[in-house]
Amino acid sequence: MTLREIVEKLQLTVTTGAGLLDREVKGGYVSDLMSDVMANAGEGALWVTLQIHQNIVAVAVMKSLAGIVLINGRVPEPETVQKAEAEGIPILVTDMPAFELAGRLFALGVSGG
Amino acid sequence: MGENGDISLRVLLADLHIHTCLSPCATLDMTPCKIVKAALKKRLDIIGITDHNSAENTAAVMAAARGTGLTVIPGMEITTSEEVHIIGLFEDIDGALAMQTLVYDRLQPGENDEDLFGMQVVANEFDEVEGMNTRLLIGATRMHIDQVIDGIHHMKGLAVAAHIDREAFSVLGQLGFIPEYLNLDALEISRRMTLGQGRRLFSHIEGFPFITSSDAHDLEDIGTRPTAFRMAGSELPELGYALKGTGGRGIEY
Repeated sequence: MTLREIVEKLQLTVTTGAGLLDREVKGGYVSDLMSDVMANAGEGALWVTLQIHQNIVAVAVMKSLAGIVLINGRVPEPETVQKAEAEGIPILVTDMPAFELAGRLFALGVSGG
Repeated sequence: MGENGDISLRVLLADLHIHTCLSPCATLDMTPCKIVKAALKKRLDIIGITDHNSAENTAAVMAAARGTGLTVIPGMEITTSEEVHIIGLFEDIDGALAMQTLVYDRLQPGENDEDLFGMQVVANEFDEVEGMNTRLLIGATRMHIDQVIDGIHHMKGLAVAAHIDREAFSVLGQLGFIPEYLNLDALEISRRMTLGQGRRLFSHIEGFPFITSSDAHDLEDIGTRPTAFRMAGSELPELGYALKGTGGRGIEY
């Protein structure tokens, strides 16, 4: 499934990486600890988090993640937006809490990884 | 000089949270001599050198400050397993390096990616590059917050919760509140606000002294929000007494 399909089906707001939505999502990972994501997230995963600090972009690049979804309507810090645009990391935003978003992603066929 | 002895107190200006070029997120200008020069220019009496999960540049900054009147406290900003930043300040280089060994043995595995996180330059007292630290210093240790604090105290150091007013990497951001059992010596307010504003904002937190520091990542930041301590000398035990308010010592502003 592509990022674009997920964005459309779950009505996510695209904050950065609007040109990168054809990217394949190979799985999902939910965590708010950077070290946990660095250690355990799979390549091509869509990362669901409440962290808005610019380090999320570096972690996403490091792990070749498909993109990041910020939950609960959280807005990335300006530095985070800047870095995400420079590094080519899509950041999506939703008002949904993490639990609901993960459940809906799973229902769409995105599995953990 | 004893804890309650006959002492003459004076006010000393301290910025206890400064990064060097060893921290991947700091600028390469943060070399030992330049840091000392900037600290003297800001009329600081004491600085703490606190790189992420490493104390490898502390000896160089201490050497660069020799004879200048500036006291350099060797320290480290340790990332706990909960991703809380705790500053450890030590009496001497041996204490800092002992803590570093503890941290290195428990640091998240992996190598630093310079393009992503920045360079980790080990410098000497003449601002020359000694080499690169290849560890993933930006990562977390496997030590829980209480283990980190215990470790710092075991090395006779002081443990300060860093930038509690920030959401990222702060004890309040990661844990929601400060558990009573945490044996912290002080709570640090970032340079975004004054000590008074910080005390008002966190007036619900009792039992800990508050300090402010710059958390400098480049030269201009050094000394932007120092804490003035009333103390009898610039050594670490004196700082501990000042935090506790022992024998007339204390925090001026």
